[in-house]
Amino acid sequence: MCGIVGLFAKTKSFENELGLHFSKMLEEMTDRGPDSAGFAMYHNAVDGGRVKVVVLARDSLDSIILADKLSSVFSEASVSDLGSGHLLITVASEIDGLMTWLRTEHPELTVLSAGRSIEIYKEKGLPNKVIEEFSIASMSGSHALGHTRMATESAITTAHSHPFSTGDDVCLVHNGSLSNHNRLRTELRKKGIYFSSDNDSEVAAGYLTWRLREGDSIDEALNRALSDLDGFYTFAVGTRDGFAVMRDPIACKPAVISETDDWVAMASEYRAIALLPNANNAPAWEPNPGQVYSWSH
Amino acid sequence: MDLNYDLAVGTTRELNQKLNSASTKDADVSFRVLNPKGAHALAVGMTSNISVDIEGHVGYYCAGMNQKAHITVLGNAGPAVAENMMSGRVVVSGNVSHYAAASAHGGLLVVEGDSSSRCGISLKGAHIVVKGSVGHMSAFMAQSGSMVVCGDAGEALGDSLYEARLYVRGNVASLGTDCVEKTMLDEHKREIDGLLERSGITDADASEFRRFGSARKLYNFDVDNADAY
Repeated sequence: MCGIVGLFAKTKSFENELGLHFSKMLEEMTDRGPDSAGFAMYHNAVDGGRVKVVVLARDSLDSIILADKLSSVFSEASVSDLGSGHLLITVASEIDGLMTWLRTEHPELTVLSAGRSIEIYKEKGLPNKVIEEFSIASMSGSHALGHTRMATESAITTAHSHPFSTGDDVCLVHNGSLSNHNRLRTELRKKGIYFSSDNDSEVAAGYLTWRLREGDSIDEALNRALSDLDGFYTFAVGTRDGFAVMRDPIACKPAVISETDDWVAMASEYRAIALLPNANNAPAWEPNPGQVYSWSH
Repeated sequence: MDLNYDLAVGTTRELNQKLNSASTKDADVSFRVLNPKGAHALAVGMTSNISVDIEGHVGYYCAGMNQKAHITVLGNAGPAVAENMMSGRVVVSGNVSHYAAASAHGGLLVVEGDSSSRCGISLKGAHIVVKGSVGHMSAFMAQSGSMVVCGDAGEALGDSLYEARLYVRGNVASLGTDCVEKTMLDEHKREIDGLLERSGITDADASEFRRFGSARKLYNFDVDNADAY
């Protein structure tokens, strides 16, 4: 069991309060996933020529030294320490250029997210701890996805936590378990997809990374996943402009969607949505099995 | 006598204790539950014939193990509403999630909206009336009782069915293993009309329904099928 929440702002004023409402939703899903929590916040987009990456440093790494090193290669380099080993790097570069440099110069760093808008934060422990550590409630953003994890298939570490980055401004959260992840991981490695853990959900993320790289749209990649991924899943996928939700055809794993003029929300359970303004008067429904739902700005 | 209970200030445990402390003499006692906000396990284990109206959406396991009580949800219900119900009546004005009335032995569940998958899984004698449609694998391994679906049924209706009676007015996406269409007899029409009336549904008629039941080829081992295992 795990909890998933997603919140998408439809108005500018709701964007300013997004973090506040999103943090309540995430905390409400504590019972479904007390082992670790994580979230992807889409905000503070950098302009076209620049890229931002959140990396996880397992050992302490001086952000000033890292910024100096980056500045010798990239222009407009900056590094901010976001706490709990999370460093936000922005440089003027294409994503591939920065990723190649990071893998060569700092292979010990785990890249949590990469893109122009996405920032992924995740940590072991109760969701409430993660919410406070990264001050989610005070963040604004266009949309956000979160996950509370009850580990079943692999260890409880930050690297095993969700969301998983699946490429440029794309990430995935997963409630369920995959049964063919070992074979699929081996196949995806041969195609050059990098994995940082033995987590089954990371394989789903890697699968999407591969399909997007091959030119699929999010909808196409998710539809193809229906035949290639074996197991139980509700997936929520964050993109630069919005998010998508899909459940496996058997649909054992729950999901509820609701919408008002101000927001679209999805969650594993309605009680996370009930905390949002005007949720009382909003229609709430379950997404159909094996069908992709998506929203974008 | 009306009693209100506001879950915005009270807890689920307090509510259930209060409801359970009502005695069988309290037939005229009616509880209103406010601000459920998707909470789990509301009004479970009732043993007296009280009325409980829950005003809003509920989460998992609402009205589980119900005996005698009349429980109304004015909203949607999460997974496993009226699970293992023994008697009484549960009405949901909106939609219900998976496993509605799973293993229910008696009583009546009325869903005024749609049900998602596995409605009436392992049904053991209760009656289910769904005004809308039911999702895939509904009535899976249902043993006795009946399910009336005024809308459509999803894939694999009645898979591995025992002796429950299934009635569908709309389309059936597919039948599960060992589930077949059967002739509608007068006794079945009477059962449908009776259940529709008890559910307050006036815009449907027994003659519009088709009946499905077990081919009875699966649940007794047949040596000719040995190769299939």
